[in-house]
Amino acid sequence: MASKRYAAVGRDCVACGCCVKVCPKGAISVWRGVIARVDSELCIGCGKCERECPAGVITFVQRGSAE
Amino acid sequence: MKNTAKHWYDYLWIVTPIYLGLGFFNILFAWLGMIFFCLPLLISIFGGGKLYCNRYCDRGQFLGLLGGRLRLSANRPTPRWMRSRAFRYGFLIFFFVMFFQMLWTTYLVGSSARNLGEFVKLFWMFKVPWHWAYGGGAAPWVAQFAFGFYSIMLTSTLIGLIVMALFKPRSWCVFCPMGTMTQLICRLRAGKPEESGCAACSGCKGGCGNA
Ligand code: SF4
Ligand code: SF4
Ligand code: SF4
Repeated sequence: MASKRYAAVGRDCVACGCCVKVCPKGAISVWRGVIARVDSELCIGCGKCERECPAGVITFVQRGSAE
Repeated sequence: MKNTAKHWYDYLWIVTPIYLGLGFFNILFAWLGMIFFCLPLLISIFGGGKLYCNRYCDRGQFLGLLGGRLRLSANRPTPRWMRSRAFRYGFLIFFFVMFFQMLWTTYLVGSSARNLGEFVKLFWMFKVPWHWAYGGGAAPWVAQFAFGFYSIMLTSTLIGLIVMALFKPRSWCVFCPMGTMTQLICRLRAGKPEESGCAACSGCKGGCGNA
């Protein structure tokens, strides 16, 4: 649970699901076909989803910075 | 946990070359494409979300395979304009206009106001002779629809391949009209974000507009 960052999905996500397929932790799912959501507890911040996303909507949040 | 086990539906990419190949021999096979047209819409209308895109779409898999495993993609970010909302929705509208124009041509041929055009139109512009793939036997409008529909399928696959090579493997999915339509249906079903609340996508921390 010690990763420094976790992935966040921007609102222009097209819900294609490419990120879901590559996530090694199963941390992403597509919510009702509308937008991808990241379970920040599971995410290890590896960046695979960001490299895959064709819409370029994945960014990273540093843990402990936002809250 | 990454899901590495292969399922039967992970091999659906094979459908893309088979479909395009069949249309090369007999254009009437183009009618099979109606499945790829109706199924995604039906799935999202009846509450299956984007299961089609996320699991069953042959084209998405085909592009992912060529661009990913076979490394035919430059893997550069999709250009900003190409992933803008304006382009996505603009392309959807353009697609609809061209689709209805195709139906209109089918109608004209059906009512004998126009002769059957035995060609495939690429990129909505270039007429490519395709007469070898039709030996007669069907009503003229049935054949005309097949030529028109195949033109759309071939053109969109080619655009998909071009953006796959230049950008990310599945850049096509950003503005794929079917993907846009199914997402719109899902949005309607899910209600407005304000009503149904946060999707817990963590997008807010990255500047979500829904928050
Ligand atoms: S950063 Fe890695 S672990 Fe986190 S959601 Fe993306 S692919 Fe999954
Ligand atoms: S790959 Fe990108 S656009 Fe596709 S579902 Fe994931 S976050 Fe959304
Ligand atoms: S966006 Fe289009 S091409 Fe991509 S998976 Fe969905 S239906 Fe298939």
